[in-house]
Amino acid sequence: MLESGSHGDITALIIVMALVTYLTRIGGHLVLSRFKKLDPRIEAGLEAVPVAVMTPLIVPPALTNGPAEAIAILFVCVASMRLGAIPTVALGVAVLVAGRNLF
Amino acid sequence: MQIEDSVKAARGREFMEGARDTLPILVAAAPFGIVFGAAAVAAGYSLYETVLTSAAMFAGASQFVFIEVNAQAVPAWMVVLAVFAINFRHILYSASIGRRIAAMSFLQKAAAFFLLTDIQFAGAEARAARDPHGRISAAYYFGMGIPIYVMWVATAVLGALFGKLIKHPEQWGLDFILPIYFLAVLMGFRTRERFVLIVLASGIVSMLAYKTLGTPWHISLGAFAGIGAASFTARGRTVA
Repeated sequence: MLESGSHGDITALIIVMALVTYLTRIGGHLVLSRFKKLDPRIEAGLEAVPVAVMTPLIVPPALTNGPAEAIAILFVCVASMRLGAIPTVALGVAVLVAGRNLF
Repeated sequence: MQIEDSVKAARGREFMEGARDTLPILVAAAPFGIVFGAAAVAAGYSLYETVLTSAAMFAGASQFVFIEVNAQAVPAWMVVLAVFAINFRHILYSASIGRRIAAMSFLQKAAAFFLLTDIQFAGAEARAARDPHGRISAAYYFGMGIPIYVMWVATAVLGALFGKLIKHPEQWGLDFILPIYFLAVLMGFRTRERFVLIVLASGIVSMLAYKTLGTPWHISLGAFAGIGAASFTARGRTVA
């Protein structure tokens, strides 16, 4: 629980966190736009960003939680080759919940 | 006038396309907004503080980190640093998205970067990949971003007010819906050049970092490993 009288500080903290967040969202563009022509290596690196950033949000949670989570991730991996995003996610969650009840 | 009208109509269509393409993500992300609102109120924050956090930060994962870290009576700068570390990946999004939205006005860009969440980035990149110039229109971008923002603030209010109804999010798999969602998005990129290489580099390094340094550094380090692997193997190509 929060201490009483700290609510003004909390508002200030929220504002600072919001500014830091905005800085990360505009910073990459501000730094990068200084370069007129992109080196092919930088180009390839930028193309890799979405896959490179999403993988760490998947792999440790998949491997460190338990069998139900690992199985659900494997299932989603296969299902996503056949199905669209909504059925894949919905079925993935169903497999997860079923697995948690089994293990 | 007629040309202006048809331009407006085309913009409206693109906005609606963006909103429509975002619908599945809205449904997937809404539970997190509600859970955040409920968790914040449970941790002792007021309705105003809870909604302000969602409205001003608009950054799911780091909002949860804020509540968790700030509950441990650490100095404020440590909370800010944790938020920065979690949001560091946005610098990478920003660098990539900046090229997609180069045609926008200054104010549009300023607003566009405020709305640059994980799901906005994934959706915008997917759209730009289908454009011959790799660009994305302002109408489509805000067609995605504005509904996501409204949803995020509205669900924070809902969660704060009615959150006590969701007592056990894990019973509904809500605590693990994010990795599942990200994987579904990730697989959409599987035909891209170097996909397997990037996933292996990023996956292995993030796992090592997770086991040694811990959260949230595994995200940034894993991402840099994947980017580095792609960048390094591109070296041999001839420059056109």
